[in-house]
Order: sequence, then structure tokens, then C-alpha cells
Amino acid sequence: MAAGEQDSFESRLKRVNDAIEIKVPDRVPIMLEFNFFPARYGGITIQDAFYDLDGWLAACEKAIVDFEPDIYFPPSRSLHVSGSVHEILGEKQIKWPGHGVGPDQPFQFVEGEYMTADEYDQFLADPSDFIVRTYLPRIFTALEGLRMLPSLRSGQSGYLGLPILSRVLATPPLIEAFDALSKAARESLKWTTGYLDFTKKMDALGFPAYAGCVTMAPFDVVSDFLRGMRGAMLDMFRCPEKLLAVMDSSVPGQIASAVAQFQSSGNRRVFIPLHRGADGFMSLEQFETFYWPGLKSVILGLIEAGLTPCPFFEGSYDTRLEYLAELPAGKIMARFDRTDLVKAKEVLGGSMCVSGGMPVSLLQTGTPEQVEEHTEMLIDTVGKDGGFIMGSNSVLDEARPELVRAWVDATIKYGQYT
Amino acid sequence: MEEELMDAIVNMEEEDALLVTRNMLDGGTDPMRIMDVCRQAMEVVGQRFEEGEYFVPELIMSGEILRQIADVVRPEMGEASQEKRLGKVVIGTVAGDIHDLGKNIVTFMLDINGFEVHDLGVDVPPEKFVEKIKEVGPEVVGLSALMTLAFDSMKETVEAIESAGLREKVRIMIGGGAVDEKVKEYARADAYGKDAVKAVTLAKAWTGGE
Repeated sequence: MAAGEQDSFESRLKRVNDAIEIKVPDRVPIMLEFNFFPARYGGITIQDAFYDLDGWLAACEKAIVDFEPDIYFPPSRSLHVSGSVHEILGEKQIKWPGHGVGPDQPFQFVEGEYMTADEYDQFLADPSDFIVRTYLPRIFTALEGLRMLPSLRSGQSGYLGLPILSRVLATPPLIEAFDALSKAARESLKWTTGYLDFTKKMDALGFPAYAGCVTMAPFDVVSDFLRGMRGAMLDMFRCPEKLLAVMDSSVPGQIASAVAQFQSSGNRRVFIPLHRGADGFMSLEQFETFYWPGLKSVILGLIEAGLTPCPFFEGSYDTRLEYLAELPAGKIMARFDRTDLVKAKEVLGGSMCVSGGMPVSLLQTGTPEQVEEHTEMLIDTVGKDGGFIMGSNSVLDEARPELVRAWVDATIKYGQYT
Repeated sequence: MEEELMDAIVNMEEEDALLVTRNMLDGGTDPMRIMDVCRQAMEVVGQRFEEGEYFVPELIMSGEILRQIADVVRPEMGEASQEKRLGKVVIGTVAGDIHDLGKNIVTFMLDINGFEVHDLGVDVPPEKFVEKIKEVGPEVVGLSALMTLAFDSMKETVEAIESAGLREKVRIMIGGGAVDEKVKEYARADAYGKDAVKAVTLAKAWTGGE
């Protein structure tokens, strides 16, 4: 981009894509992972945000327009659907403002054993059946009626299966469950449509979104959503084959889901938040057995489908960087949390775009001078020769606006490559 | 037999550990002796964790083995003898945060290293910390958090301890998620620990243990 020219959607996206393709952009791009920052910044509570789509989107727009990131973390990835949807379904897997956490707190996930160890066989025999008749009723109180459904395979009896279905579908708990589902779906649609319109509006204002899709590593699917961390880790000793089988079975679904999300969003970048594969969680040997093969399959599958995987390596990956170097060059945007970025750049510099580096602790408790100094240091070291996207190590929820401002300004000041 | 039990626990052989325990009980081994062996085994597990050989899965698995052995052995025990403890720790996840995976690992490690740990759970308001500190008189207080909002909760908890006139009586360590040295300064805690091993090292140093 020539000096003095206004940034546009295209110029910002090119800056980001250059970095992802390991080229040298015109300057270091910056990504802002606002998450719930826009609520406080825009003068509303997070609880307001959960129940007022227009208010929430206006706050998000204000934050994006005021701070002008090269890519912004989309609000749909922070607040997926309204509080009403969670209420209608009787959500048990998260606590949200007014429902278990205070009005100014982000939602929080409730860690739990949502599938028991003796249900592996049932899951493996027919995952969809298990999910519909056992898992969903367990995590949503309003869907408890789904337990009464006959095996979904009864549909294979064609017209003969109809009497079986009609007998149960008309019972009150199932009618209630289907009512709740369709009510929740209509309410969700308002939010997903609102988000799609918001993205188009931001595109027009010149601001590309970070990701349009989200998917998970197979181990995290089991550890977060099914067995809980404790359960998944016990299974590593007690029934490793079953754990691996469930993980394997989840790979095609993770890829297909990302492709479907791409088709509706038009954004190729896929956010992959990674949880339990980090340095402190498991040994290298366990990582190599239980975590890396599944994650690698998902990443390669996404690349093959023409998408851009954006894994977020939470925690530290200092001892695992060599594995990341196995992945195809210039196709991935890797965000790091506590990993030593200078080392990451050394190991991955020629092959993978590296992002992160700014600790949120500094953006919450530091001074503008400290923020500027840290930004300059990052650009001089990790930013050298391109392939770097400035970012924070975690969400900006509680970051102080004046420090975010200092950070963005310093990135523009020190980040020019030309 | 004792060696077999020790090896089974240390090597995560759950079924063997339980089998040997039952055989020892049937053979008339003193239940207290079995629990002693378990304690020694857990020390080895802790050591391997510190040395980077074992990780969270081994801590969880060995904890689970220990729980099952205790279930079998405890009913056979007479009056539980009082063990000598290195010191007392009051620990909890601070207000506004409901995450406890990290805190539970720290609690577990402190416990197997000989501390009397009072775990207040999650989303613990400052006044509950103060109340518990008054009640049990710990040398060490541990504040845990994953969420970034909890930096302020940590600060408020330290301030509440100060206002209650207890700040000089305890050493405060913090850890978890996005917590770092910078947050330690902000909250005015005494130390930041990056993992459970560091938490044990700090607690030992503060209570005069080695």
C-alpha cells in the first residue's frame, strides 16, 4: 500500500495473507481478539450483550472502527447465540451472565463427565444415535424427552417404522423437546443472520474477520465435551484403543463442519482452539500418541479442502514446535499463548506464520510506555522478515482501552517493512 | 509384596495395585503399613512429575488408584493416626471464576507433599478466604484463576486479607491461565507459580521445609 493511502478491506487482507504465506507485508498486521472487550468499551454489560443483539453488534462495531485492527476476532466466536437460546434449551454446559456468573462476566464452560467410560461402545456403535438420545438430553434439560426416542435406526424399516415413531413422538416429553428445539432454532437464526449481516457490514467498512469457521482437535472433542479432562486422561491408561477410536471417528466430522461453515461465511480461515495438548498437560510421548495425530489429520484435511487452519496453541508449545514444522509451508496461521515466540520463529520461521506475543496481563496492568516497548521488541525479534501477525496471548476482555490504543499505535509506528 | 504395590502404583498399573492391596490385607498386613507404602509411592510420582517425566494424566491416574486403595484399606483401619503436616495452605479459585482443573492439581500435589490443604472450591469471594484464614491460621494462601477478569479478584482478595489485618501472617501465591509475574505485582501477591511443582516449592520454602 502506498504511503498516505487509506487502508481498505483488500489492503488489510493482503497484509494478513502475506504474513500467512510467509511473505513480507507492507507492515506487521495486527489482530485484536476483542472477545467481550466491546461490551465494557461500549457501555453495556455482558449480560446486555447476551440478550440484545443490536446493542452487542453496535458495541462491536464501535470497537472495530475505533481501533482499526487488520483482522478482528468475530463476535460470533465469543458470544455464539443469545442467552434466550440457552434458557430455552435449559443449558447445563455453560454458565452465562445472570445464570451462574455475574452480569459483567463472560460465559464459562462447566467441566464435566458428559459421557461415562462405559458408554464408549454405545458411542462407537452409532455416534449420532448416542448424541441425539443420550448426550443432548444430558446437557440440555429441555431435551430430556429425546431419551424416549426409539433407536434412530428404526427409520430403516421404512413405512413399517412409522407406527413405532408415531407411538412415541406424540408423547408429551417428546413434544416438549421438539417444541424447545424449534423455538431455540428460530431464536438462533436471528443471531446467526445478525452475525452474517454484521460481517458484510464490516467487510464494507474495510475490516476482515479473523475466522469464519471453528473446529477442534479430536482429543479436545473427547476431553472437553464428552469425557471431561479427568475422564479422558484416565482413559489414556484404561482404554486407550477406545479413546483413539472415538477420536478417529471425529476427524471427518470436524473437517466437514468447517467446510459447511465456510460455505455460509465465505471466510476460509478456521479457528482451532487447542486445550489439552500443551507442554504441561501431557508428555511428548502421550502427545505423539493421543494428541498430535488427530490434530494433524484435521489440519491436513482442512488444507486439502482449501481452507486456512488457524490453530490457537493455548499454554506453551515450547517442546512441541518440531511437530508443527511437519505441516505444509505457508498455509497456516498459528497463534501462540505462552510459547516462546522467538524460539517459535526460529523453528517455524520459514514455514509457518506466527502470531501472538502481547501478554494481556500487560494490557490490563501496564503503562503505555511498557506496552510500546514490548511491541517494539516483538517487531524487532519475531516480526523480522515477515510471517508475523501481532496479537495478544489471550482475550482482551479486561484490557484497558488506552493500552490497546498504545499497542495498535506502536505496531503501526515500528511495524513498517518498507 | 510392599515392593510390588509400590511398583504398581508408580507405574500406573491400576488392577495390579488393587490386587496386591487385597492380598496384603488378606495376608494380615497392617493397613497403616499399606497406606505408608502408598504415600511413598505418591512421593515417587510427585518426583517424576517434578522431573518432567510424568504429567497430568499420571497425577490423575495415581490419585484414582490411591482413592480406590484407600476405599479398601480405610475400613480395616482403627482410629486414624494423626500424621505430622508440613504446614497449612488455604487455596481456592477467586471470585468470578469457576475453573478448577489447575487448582485441583496444586491441591493434590500439596497434599501428597505433606501439607494440610483447605480447598475452598471455585468462585470464592474475598471474605470467604478471610474467614478461612482466621479459622485455620495457614502459613500459605493460594489464589487460582483462568479468566482474565480474575486479576482484579486476586487484587481484591489480597486487599481483603490486608484489611482484616492478616497480610503479615500469610504468604500468598497465585497461578493459573493468563496469570504471570505482572499480575503478581498488580495483585500484590508474594509469588507467582507457573505450575504445581512451583507451588510446592514455594509452600515448602515459606513453611521452612526443604
